[in-house]
This record gives sequence, C-alpha cells and structure tokens, in this order.
Amino acid sequence: MKITQLSIFVENKPGRLAAPCRALAEAGINIRALSLADTQRYGILRMIVSDPGTAQKVLEQAGFMVKATEVVAVEVPDRPGGLAQILAALENTSINIEFMYAFPFGRGENAVLIFRFDNPDAAIKQLQAAGVSMIMRKEL
Amino acid sequence: MMPAAQPAQSCFHPTSALDYIPRPELERLQLQRLRAIVARAYERVPLFQSRLKDRGLVPDDIRSLSDVAKLPFMVKADLRDTYPFGLFASPMQEIVRLHASSGTTGKPIVVAYTNADVDVWSSVMARSFAACGLHEGDIVQNAYGYGLFTGGLGAHYGAERLGATVIPVSVGNTDRQLMLLSDFGATAICCTPTYFLHLIDRASVLGIDLRKLPLRAGVFGAEPWTEAMRRRIEEDTRIKAYDIYGLSEIIGPGVGVECACQAGLHIFEDHFCVEIVEPETGRLLPEGEEGELVLTTLSKQAMPLIRYRTRDITALVREPCECGRTIRRIRRIARRADDMLIIRGINVFPSQVETVLLELEGTLPHYQIILTRERGLDQMEVQVEVTSEVFSDTVGALEALEKKLADAMERVLQIRVQVTLVEPRTIQRSEGKAKRVIDRRQS
Repeated sequence: MKITQLSIFVENKPGRLAAPCRALAEAGINIRALSLADTQRYGILRMIVSDPGTAQKVLEQAGFMVKATEVVAVEVPDRPGGLAQILAALENTSINIEFMYAFPFGRGENAVLIFRFDNPDAAIKQLQAAGVSMIMRKEL
Repeated sequence: MMPAAQPAQSCFHPTSALDYIPRPELERLQLQRLRAIVARAYERVPLFQSRLKDRGLVPDDIRSLSDVAKLPFMVKADLRDTYPFGLFASPMQEIVRLHASSGTTGKPIVVAYTNADVDVWSSVMARSFAACGLHEGDIVQNAYGYGLFTGGLGAHYGAERLGATVIPVSVGNTDRQLMLLSDFGATAICCTPTYFLHLIDRASVLGIDLRKLPLRAGVFGAEPWTEAMRRRIEEDTRIKAYDIYGLSEIIGPGVGVECACQAGLHIFEDHFCVEIVEPETGRLLPEGEEGELVLTTLSKQAMPLIRYRTRDITALVREPCECGRTIRRIRRIARRADDMLIIRGINVFPSQVETVLLELEGTLPHYQIILTRERGLDQMEVQVEVTSEVFSDTVGALEALEKKLADAMERVLQIRVQVTLVEPRTIQRSEGKAKRVIDRRQS
C-alpha cells in the first residue's frame, strides 16, 4: 500500500550525503531503505524512514530541501522471479514505473519493493487483483 | 495629532505639501537655488571653478533652468580623485556629519553634511515615507545598516521627522529582526529588497507567518530590483512594497520615491534637478527617452554636486501622476550602467536573469551568476537554489527545470547559459546590497 517517502536534494560534493544522515541519527530516526538518483551535479536521496513526519521537520530545520511523496510498497519472496511476478501484473496496462528500489525485509525471507507509479491507485488495484502482498506503513 | 489608523491610499500628509507645488513656482525656486549653488561651488570648490574657467563660463551665465546643460558633468572619479575632502564647500567647523561609500574598488568616496543638509535630508526622507502612506503612529523597523552607509541614519532621521516610532535595529541578526517584527508590531520596514527576501525565507523556516503581523508597508532601496520581485514580495507577505531611490553622493536615500500609485519614483525636484542624458555622449535627451540619470543638488551646502552622472539608467515619465504630485517621476531603475556585463561581446544585465527566474513559476530569486573563461571563451553559469515549489523526487523533472530556465535565459540574453540547481541557502545571503556576480575571467 502507499507509504511516505522523503526525497532530499543533495549537491554532488564530498560529504553532502553524511549531513542528512547525521541529522536523522541525532533525532533517533531509523532509515529503513534508501536509494540515490544522481546526475553529474546533484542527486536525489530517497528514503523510507521510521517516522517521516519528524524526519521531514528535522531535515528542513537542518536546511535541506525535503519533499514527502507517496510511494507503493510491495512484499515479494526473496528468490528468483519475485520481481518478474510483480511486473507481469502490470504488463499490458498503461501504468508507468517512474522509479523503484528494493530492500530486504523481515528475517531475510522476503524483500520489499518501493515503486513510484505515475498512477498509484490504478497500480494498487492491479497488484491486489494479482494477489500481490502490499506492505502497510506500520509493518515497516 | 492625526489618528493612528487612517487609509494609506490617497491620504495627504502635511509634510508632503511641497510635492504638490505648482510647476511655475517650482521652477522659479529651482532656478533661484541653482544660481546660488553654482555660485557657491564656484567660489569654494577649486575643481569646479577650474572646469568652468576652462569653458569660459562664470556663475552668472546661468540665467534659466535650461542653462544647466552648459555646465560640465561631475563623475564618481572626481570624488575619488579629490579624496577625502577635496569637493567640500564648507569648512569642517560647519560640517556635522561624514558618510562614506562601501568602496569596492580602492578608496571609498566621502560625503559631508552641514546642519542644514541634515535638515533637508530628514525632510525629503519624511516626505518619502509620507508618499508610502506612513504617518504618525506608524512603527518603522529600520533594517538599513547604520554607520558610514547613508541608508540607516537617513531613514532614521526621516521617520523621526515624520513622527513615526523608529526601531533602529540596523541590518543583520535575522532571527532577532523577526522576533522584534512580531513582538513590537512594526507597521513598516525599510531595508534592501534582497535582505527582505532573506527575512521572508527565514520567517518561513521559523514558522512565522508575516501575513499575520501588523506590517503593511516596506520601503526598499539601495539596489535595483524588478517589478517581478515586487509581485513576489507583495504576494508572499501582503504588504505594499515601495521603491525608494537615492545615492550617497547626492544626499543618501530620499532623492525619489514611489507614491501609492507605484508607477515611477517622484523626484524631490525642489532639492534635486533631474536630467536624462545619452550615456555615451552626454547629450541631453528629450523627456520620456531612456538614458543616464544626471542629478544636481540644488540646496546641498557641504558638498554640492553639479550635473552628477549617476550611472543609473531610467527615463522621465511625461504624464502627470494620478496622485496629484507635481514633482516629476522617473521610471524604476532596473539597471546601472556599471552593472552591465559583457559576455562574448554581448551586453548582459543581472536584472535580465532575475526577470527570467521570477517569471518562471515558483522560483525565488536566490541566484548567482558565475563567469569563467574556458579556452578563451566566456562561460556564464547561473546557480539557482531549489525551492519547495520546484523540487521533485524525479531526476527528469529537475533536469527539465534546468533546461526550461536555460532556454528562457538564452532567449532573453542571446547567449547559452549553464543553469545549475544548488541546495537551499547555499548561496551567500547579503545583508546589504546583493552580490549577484562572481567574475573569474581574469585572463
């Protein structure tokens, strides 16, 4: 289901990644997953954290440009074919994946996939119909 | 005493009486003062006397206002060449105040005031505030720098003369500025427009809603700013943002100011004579044509400046103002001749970059132009801070934004510009005049 992702604008300079992570650590916020999209000059740090509301405030006060967006979290068995099964459910639809990343979940038997869809509601319906297991915020 | 709460629009303040003087009477007064100031400068300022002699002129040759065009120009270099006191027309015993410019290149320029000059300065500043709808009972937070810079003390004396309450906070210490703004309930603020943008930014970080404060007017000057910047300030804070004009050489702030119509700046012509000339030739231009503003101080005792080339580009407005003032207006100054950058042989003004940034939705004008030279070719980079309005979590959207900005700038400037998004609050904030350009083209 939909969970909150925080995106942070970081310039592509040595040490720029450490500062937001330090700010979150000092506030006792756990980073569950992260991905970095980069260009030559800057990057977008995307994170799933334990307390997105507080995390956003902490990061903004530390001077970062932060945006909260809704992404879809899906649980798949951590074995070959896990992702292919999800993507199959979206084949032949007009739903577009803008980006995605994955991290292990639970005792390592499953993985969580984070998707940013252009049409999240349609995607959720499609995935539910295919019997894919969604993850709620509190489970993370 | 006037009641504290009255409509700002169209109210007539007694201090503004001279703003409405009939033109013939004004011109009589101007001629009388012009003749007196030329005679004074001739007698007391050797540089001025020798220049008149070179042209075979004597003060008595000034018989009408149009004769001012016979007189030689004065330029900023004259102030540097005679540093520090060479243009003074009063002995030091009569001079009560010195101010000096920031002097980015070498020695500063020094200006002087007698008691009478401070009195004139206070009165034109009081008239400026009155034109912006201020009056007794207003609380003015004065965030211009106090010190050698003329902004702080000029605004201070003017607001006191008007009968307003002054908070002489000076520039800087932004969090304290915002605390005082909230706690003392200032109804007006004066500072540079750049510094006010910085205050808006900081207020939003601290969660202070400027719209909920009693603040209703801002009197912004000391640097050129654009119409788009005014819209942004007025939308973000719901105050009226007025442009005020002045320069230390002439008197400081209070040479001209906008009225409630916000359609050009009224020049206090009883004290300052206005001409517009062609920057390259110095040829006098007809009313309405754009050129360099030339000012003559008509009443300044300690340091009269005759036909001073301001380097500011503007035009006289021909039509009378709806406010009823008879003193003429100049268009807002969008650029200074000195600000012009020459990049690959093309003239570029920082204000053009600002206009593009502001016209494209949601971009606050925190930017910096960086000029470099690569293999003999000038490169122009514009660094722009990302704002919450434009930040997106997809790379494609940010790259599209950079391209949109670069394309728009290329259309306006006629050269290719590299636009780079940078983190918020990483471009150095100015507390006085903004430093918009970093030129690293030393060959």
